[in-house]
Amino acid sequence: MSSDLTFKSIAELAVLLEAKKLSSVELTQATIARTKAVEARVKAFNSFDETDALAQAAASDARRTAGQARGPLEGIPVGLKDVISVAGQPLTASSKMLVNFVSPYDATVTRKLKHAGAVLWGRLNLDEFAMGSSTENSAFHTTRNPWDLTRVPGGSSGGSAAALAAGEASMTLGSDTGGSIRQPAALCGVVGFKPSYGLISRYGLIAFASSLDQIGPFTRTVEDAAITLSVIAGHDPLDSTSFKTELPDYRAELGRRNGPWRLGIPKEYFGEGLDPEVAAAVQAAVEHYKKLGCEIKEVSLPHTKYCLDTYYIIATAEASSNLARYDGIRYGHRSKDAKDAIDIYFKSRAEGFGAEVKRRIILGTYVLSSGYYDAYYLRAQKVRTLIRQDFLNAYKEVDALLTPTTPTPAFKIGEKADPLAMYLCDVYTIGVNLAGLPGLSLPCGFSKSGLPIGLQVIGQPFKEAELLSIARAYEQAHDWHLRHPNLL
Amino acid sequence: MKYEAVIGLEVHVQIKTHSKMFTRVAAGYGHKPNTLTDPVVLALPGVLPVMNKAALDAIIKAGLMLNSGIAPVSKWDRKNYFYPDSTKNYQISQYDQPICLGGFVEIELPGSARNVMGEHKKIPLTRIHLEEDVGKLTHFASESLVDYNRAGTPLMEIVSEPAMHTADEAFAYLTSLRAAMVYGGISDCDMEKGQLRCDANISIRPVGETKLGTKVELKNLNSISFVRDGIAHEIKRQIAAVESGGTIVQETRQYDGEAGVSTSMRSKEMAHDYRYFPDPDLMPVKVDDAWKARLQAECPELPFEKQRRFIEQYQVPYTITSVVVWDRELADFFEEAAKLSGKPQAAGNWIVNDLLRELGTAKQVLAESKVRPAHVAELVKLVDAGTLLNNSAKEVFIDMFSTGELPSVISDRKGLKAAPTDLGELEQWCRDAIAANAKALAEFKTGKDSAINAFKGPVMKAAKGKANPKAVDETLRKLLAQM
Repeated sequence: MSSDLTFKSIAELAVLLEAKKLSSVELTQATIARTKAVEARVKAFNSFDETDALAQAAASDARRTAGQARGPLEGIPVGLKDVISVAGQPLTASSKMLVNFVSPYDATVTRKLKHAGAVLWGRLNLDEFAMGSSTENSAFHTTRNPWDLTRVPGGSSGGSAAALAAGEASMTLGSDTGGSIRQPAALCGVVGFKPSYGLISRYGLIAFASSLDQIGPFTRTVEDAAITLSVIAGHDPLDSTSFKTELPDYRAELGRRNGPWRLGIPKEYFGEGLDPEVAAAVQAAVEHYKKLGCEIKEVSLPHTKYCLDTYYIIATAEASSNLARYDGIRYGHRSKDAKDAIDIYFKSRAEGFGAEVKRRIILGTYVLSSGYYDAYYLRAQKVRTLIRQDFLNAYKEVDALLTPTTPTPAFKIGEKADPLAMYLCDVYTIGVNLAGLPGLSLPCGFSKSGLPIGLQVIGQPFKEAELLSIARAYEQAHDWHLRHPNLL
Repeated sequence: MKYEAVIGLEVHVQIKTHSKMFTRVAAGYGHKPNTLTDPVVLALPGVLPVMNKAALDAIIKAGLMLNSGIAPVSKWDRKNYFYPDSTKNYQISQYDQPICLGGFVEIELPGSARNVMGEHKKIPLTRIHLEEDVGKLTHFASESLVDYNRAGTPLMEIVSEPAMHTADEAFAYLTSLRAAMVYGGISDCDMEKGQLRCDANISIRPVGETKLGTKVELKNLNSISFVRDGIAHEIKRQIAAVESGGTIVQETRQYDGEAGVSTSMRSKEMAHDYRYFPDPDLMPVKVDDAWKARLQAECPELPFEKQRRFIEQYQVPYTITSVVVWDRELADFFEEAAKLSGKPQAAGNWIVNDLLRELGTAKQVLAESKVRPAHVAELVKLVDAGTLLNNSAKEVFIDMFSTGELPSVISDRKGLKAAPTDLGELEQWCRDAIAANAKALAEFKTGKDSAINAFKGPVMKAAKGKANPKAVDETLRKLLAQM
């Protein structure tokens, strides 16, 4: 029963909770039990607090008894990537730098989840400061792919993807700067959704690259993604980059939109490096949309080949500045050997940051340096505009784009020691961040060796309702999302 | 060879807002260390800046007051450098698109005498931009402590063109700029509290040369007189260096005002690379015409404009206007008293001489003064009507400064009124009394002071006993002194 419960969708659980066939305490106990049973192998969490979670669950049940239930997330155990702040909980970014840091304030999404009655359950592992595609850059441990424990779950939000896939939470939040939600969702066989830049407040999200970062959910179904989005989206006066827009009821919109849609297949996303099994699964998905009456059209995003370079200039430049605050002066790791203020900086940062974080800080510092700024950062910003324009041009002809989420299914732990090989994992997801668009990955098949494959649906700016409906149309006719890894 | 100095000033002015530049926590001075902080000020993981609208209003207003162009779009940049006074290790500032461009500060140079207006000049501005202040470090023998109360306070940087040539010009520039900022309610500009801070870029060149010489940046000029002294000292130092065959190296020097010496802080080679780039956490600032118009309506008349108007409208001399216009409250006080009294110069004299003296003695500021413009105006009218003689009026002034009572009330209470007689009539009675008593006149002239009493009886008789005894005494003494 308990394992069944922890694989149910939010929509299903909400019905049980509402009918009082299930209490939040029971659900949370089941989640805790499942976590304890599998976590030693999956290693999705950095920390969790059973007592606190059960207290939240009891409070949720009390609200429901009092007729004050707060909607579909009421009583649902959710996990947060360890870059999203919760007052009184650790916030580590999976870095030695913040190993003992406890945040004194709530992120806006945290506040909204609390307001919606969700049970905040555990801090999820990631690549240090969200820099990576496998969680191998975590300073604490590598999370395993629940489908094959010798493989990575993807990253950087690998803990969020793996925890959901392994039944250790009913929904998790991650953050996506270049694919950090969609790529691990694809590799772990769950739905991962990065909305348009500006739709969800970044206040309380540890910044990696501010102009690219966006919070989003991992869910079992597209409907759950819609439910979650309605809770966490919306303008926030604490985030100047959050967008002022009327929010639809995303879940209700799912039923109102049935297509058929005009769907674009960007030819640049099907070239060299794409695994044949992934290509076949995505092609099958395209065929399905054709059957639904959708018009399928090949489109071109001619600047796609510059995405990776552009991304690694802009993201590292912003990161070099965003991570400057971790200096050992006010909080975080301070070297015990430091002799003076300058020495505190050098030694604390040398000891506190891992190799990939240092690599990106150095790269970002370089591209912003006097004499190099125009050639790198300024040019990258111009190319970014062209990349966005590619997408907007395509959207003159189509409603959304279909692509593979990743070039390959999950790879082996330790397989990609070369940073450049690792960077290529994000080749299909990065353009979406550079253009500020919404993108969603949903399961669209399995490899012969039993590894999940993801389909990416890329939507138009702030047309999340449309994008979710397109994804749902595929999901309803398939059962990939109902398969679960056998960990017991 | 004769040398000319070229001076440009970078002035930082803290904007007087309730909250900080990018967060809601209060801004202030003199609080317990690290109490005016919040997650944003401390740069905790995950926080984001949000612009303070009041600070934007203030800089736009400052720009309009100083004749700057207001950019329709300006943006925020990060200035990256590591130092413990900065919590983020970058400062949010404006690099290549500041809010205010151009403009000028009108200055007046010292005149040939105190009562002569000096030459006026317009010192052009390069730009004014908005940024956030940093925290304050205190160094001890083996450790340093940091207070982040100041960190994040809205700070305006006003950059002049290298268009000044003497320490006096720089002094006049700062004086005028400070007055404008205080007038506009933008800052209190208290240098002791760090609300106004000044760095100077100084170079010298042979007179007639148009190219700029190598500049030295002089820091730590923390009072207006230190600015003047420090610049004068630096000009002398540079000329002496060049004349003794040396060259000027581009560097930053620190001026010690107490000791009157400067020392090198860092050379050009050690200059920071700040790696400016647009802050992705903030949107550009767009200022439309309606916003500008609203602030334009709030811009006060500036001291020199006021001075020109006062001189023309009230026909008052330079000596009065040059005192009252530098303090907006005092200028308003003067103008009200001038209007109420109908005798602007007389009102001005009372204010500049008596009121300022009494305030100084009592160590009060104008706002605390019980003497208001109506008091001064009534006093002027009483003197003008001959109801009060000058000495009595002075006595009334001192009384009203401490009691706040109107001059008419005080002079009644003290019996100082010369009423009902007019002064001309009283004077005639006195002349008659003196002329009628040659003996008493002779005695008085030989030094017998009490002889004066012999004249008072006849005067009082002529006035039917209603003459003010003090006025009689004063008038008799004035006439006797002339004989």
